[in-house]
Amino acid sequence: MVSSARFATLIFILIIVLPRLVQAQENPYIVTYDQFLEEPRNLEIEYFSTYGMQRGGNDFHSYWVEFEYGATAWWTTEFYLDAQTTFHDSTVATGVRWENRFRPLKREYFINPVLYVEYEHVNGADKILKELEGHDIENDFLTPNAEARDEVKNELELKLILGSNLKGWNVSENFLFVKNLTNEPWEFGYAVGASRPLALKASAKRCSFCPQNFVAGVEMYGGLGDRYNFGLQETSQYLAPVLAWNIPSGWTLRLSPTFGLNDNSHQFMLRVGVAREIPGFGDMVKSLFTGRR
Amino acid sequence: MNNRMLVLAFFAVSLGASVASAQNQTKQDVSAAHDSHDYSELNKAPAKARTRMNPFQNDPEAVVAGQILFEDHCAECHGAAGIGGKKGPSLRHPEVQNATPGTLFWLLTNGVAWKGMPVWSRLPEAQRWQLVRYMKTLGVNDGYKTDEKP
Repeated sequence: MVSSARFATLIFILIIVLPRLVQAQENPYIVTYDQFLEEPRNLEIEYFSTYGMQRGGNDFHSYWVEFEYGATAWWTTEFYLDAQTTFHDSTVATGVRWENRFRPLKREYFINPVLYVEYEHVNGADKILKELEGHDIENDFLTPNAEARDEVKNELELKLILGSNLKGWNVSENFLFVKNLTNEPWEFGYAVGASRPLALKASAKRCSFCPQNFVAGVEMYGGLGDRYNFGLQETSQYLAPVLAWNIPSGWTLRLSPTFGLNDNSHQFMLRVGVAREIPGFGDMVKSLFTGRR
Repeated sequence: MNNRMLVLAFFAVSLGASVASAQNQTKQDVSAAHDSHDYSELNKAPAKARTRMNPFQNDPEAVVAGQILFEDHCAECHGAAGIGGKKGPSLRHPEVQNATPGTLFWLLTNGVAWKGMPVWSRLPEAQRWQLVRYMKTLGVNDGYKTDEKP
């Protein structure tokens, strides 16, 4: 297995060496979704990593890859591959997800809704914490991987995403509704975030470290119980400063130290993300089959 | 089990529709650059939006900054010189160049999602105005000057 240091070195070399494709303009959130979709026929490949401290058990490193494709200007579809390593235990693949986001309104309003629907096929060893729902708590992660992976979950996840722009700030709210497709009840969760570029005006020179390339903010997320026990009881809650660096070479780096807000939460997690956008990916694929550009 | 099958069926239909929609949209966009009707969205800008002044109108640096933004976010669809491409119409058409800065800002902000133009409100307002400032310097393409019909 490639060590973290080697992987970081590889990523750094790729960032420097690969030619500029298109500069992304991403918000820094790891969990919260904003109202913006992927540009049509662009593909964004994203790698996210979470190092989590575990009380009463082994720390873990969970990671996932996202392939985000702009089917149209109002429809983004995304495929995930998830895995995790629990130290002194094992490394396991934890599942796949397929999400779709739809922007139903033609114009930009003060509050812009996006509808989200996702199908998840994951196992009980899933630790990516991409969203918190129901009564997900830290103790759930104590089960050894060999045992946890035997539990298979097929879940339908719905989100109402609301996003606003105000004086350079982006404010986004997500309301989460999750149904395990067995007889378990609907579970609920939320995520909210606010972020702003360090400078609103673009520089007149191309530069990596210009303040407009950095977007900083904060997000908060957690579970809200289920249909029979709605509320904050027996839920985990997190607060996380977030920072994104949109590099002119087309890469986006994200960093988010995450803090648990109650006894049911992991005390600390460190989350990082690396993303690269490939413009015109859909056209490239099409030309492979049609021979036309 | 039935629920699972229903969900899988939904996603299968979604994927198929996604591919079909993207391909159909490509066909529409190929002709977009040469179809004057594609500019009709500019006429939908509200009067209040049209009359907004560009705060960077007299800022020469805004043109340079706008050009960088254009290369990063617009050239992929509209071409490096703004003359249009497979995905986006020409920005050097008289309809665009004669539009007020406020109209162009409004269109950038709202996008034309149903015709493939994304919403660009993800860029801060100042950067959208810088983009407009640069777009207005592109001028009308010579082809349009000699023949109004593209």
